[in-house]
Amino acid sequence: MAVLRPFDKLPALNSAVLLLVSSDEGLQQKLAEAILREKKNFKINIHLATSLPLPSERDHLRPRIDMIVFMIDIKSKYSLKNVEASLAYVDASFFLGKVCFLVTGVGRVNCCSIEMNAIWKLGEIYSSPVLFCELEMEGIRVATAQRLLRMLQICAGHIPGVSALSFGSLMRSSAND
Amino acid sequence: MRGFLDTHRTGQAVALGEDQRPVPLRKHAPGLGDFIMDETVAEYIRRTVLKIPRDEIKTMLQKWGFLSEAQLQTINFHQLKDNISQDVVQLCEENSADIKQAAVLDIIYNYIYPNKRVWSVYQMNKTGEETDFFDLTDFKKKIKRRLRSALKNVTITFREYEDNAVWIRIAWGTPYTKPNQYKTSYVVYHSQTPYVFISASVLKSNLPLLCQALVVASNYHDIREMELRSHSLNSLKDIVFKRYSQNFQTYYPKPLRERDVAPETDLRIIQENKNEKERIERVNREIFGDGPQPKLEFAQYKLETMFKSDPKMDVLDKKEPFRCLVKFSSPHLLESLKSLAPAGMADAPLSPLLTCIPQKARNYFKIREKKGLFPGSFVSP
Repeated sequence: MAVLRPFDKLPALNSAVLLLVSSDEGLQQKLAEAILREKKNFKINIHLATSLPLPSERDHLRPRIDMIVFMIDIKSKYSLKNVEASLAYVDASFFLGKVCFLVTGVGRVNCCSIEMNAIWKLGEIYSSPVLFCELEMEGIRVATAQRLLRMLQICAGHIPGVSALSFGSLMRSSAND
Repeated sequence: MRGFLDTHRTGQAVALGEDQRPVPLRKHAPGLGDFIMDETVAEYIRRTVLKIPRDEIKTMLQKWGFLSEAQLQTINFHQLKDNISQDVVQLCEENSADIKQAAVLDIIYNYIYPNKRVWSVYQMNKTGEETDFFDLTDFKKKIKRRLRSALKNVTITFREYEDNAVWIRIAWGTPYTKPNQYKTSYVVYHSQTPYVFISASVLKSNLPLLCQALVVASNYHDIREMELRSHSLNSLKDIVFKRYSQNFQTYYPKPLRERDVAPETDLRIIQENKNEKERIERVNREIFGDGPQPKLEFAQYKLETMFKSDPKMDVLDKKEPFRCLVKFSSPHLLESLKSLAPAGMADAPLSPLLTCIPQKARNYFKIREKKGLFPGSFVSP
């Protein structure tokens, strides 16, 4: 199966492509809509996938992907397993700042079926930032959308002077303190 | 009883004092002579009326047909339910109601609200091919005889409904005690089918006797519990009578393009797994069909399998089975199973253990070692 690479295609002018990987399609769709609703000065495409690898028959249609967000639902062990299995199909150079783990369901710790440790570890192993949120709540969903959008802008190279790699290491050093 | 006397506002309490007869209440209809209505009947009617939602009391009493239309006109159905119930009891006393009539009211209530009880499906078997003509009067007679000969004190009430169903209400007693009207068993029997729906009373010990009476009365050979239970009687009927939308079709033509285009939202959102989604939808439709699912609340799996470990590890090397109980519960189990795969919470197709529920017509399973996967448990009389 095809491994997803960040630089095997040429970028399109003034546009960014985000890939959301989630087993919960409802939340995924809601988040995508929230991101699209945000005001921005570039074109954006959001690709939704339940898992990786992406179906190869669409390879030629797919633009270059600038950032991958893996969504993990804290209430569903299946979602974590799904993400872990999908990570095998991501090229190593993506983990230089172009991957992020989005953990949702944080508001309901009592329904938690995933160990927090497992999530922290995931972020550490793949040296990628872990964001926590509750997508079921409108306000937090909008804030998360804005955050992801900003990161996407950086990953797509729209912010002069900040690369995905420098941003990623910036996030990491603050987390280690 | 106390509640009834205390809250009774219609002058009966005065009558009690005069008569020095505290137990049976006197009825007050003039010109009909002294009839004494059993206090337990009065209290039973009162409590049954209290169970009914207020705006349905009138129609239910009309269905009951025990009180005349003129009598019903006298009741103010807009007052507190407690007061309505007392007015009803008052009128019932005038008509000298006994427990038989009260039981009919209870059947009517349970017929309209079957979901208040838990129903269990039983299947009866015949040995020969003989096709008997079903005679309702004979059926009733045999049931009564069988139960009465064993217990003497039982209240048995029948009521037939249009859909060929006989509803049987049984209040159990013993040879020495009166039947307990509040712990009743209900039986719904469709005469043209081998299926019986039983909502057993808390007094479980009478269940074998009841099953025996049913087998004898309906000319069957034996009866077994199908391990299918739910609050929703209609859904159980849908399952065993195969009325729910089943799909046995093996080939599904691709849905028309038109239907695909409709839910398209934003062109900037691209579904990568469109084909996979269509596959899930197809698989799901093959398993669950298009229509609404019958309503079940539980599915239970009892595992009695041996624990298989690495022989080197030397743990649990006993011959004891590894016991484990897995219970799925949901207000609408089959619908939630149906939506698991489309919601991305499980792989499609689901395990046949979960999807076989309507086909196998059971939601309680025992999983043992390979011998036979689902041995039915027979309850022979």
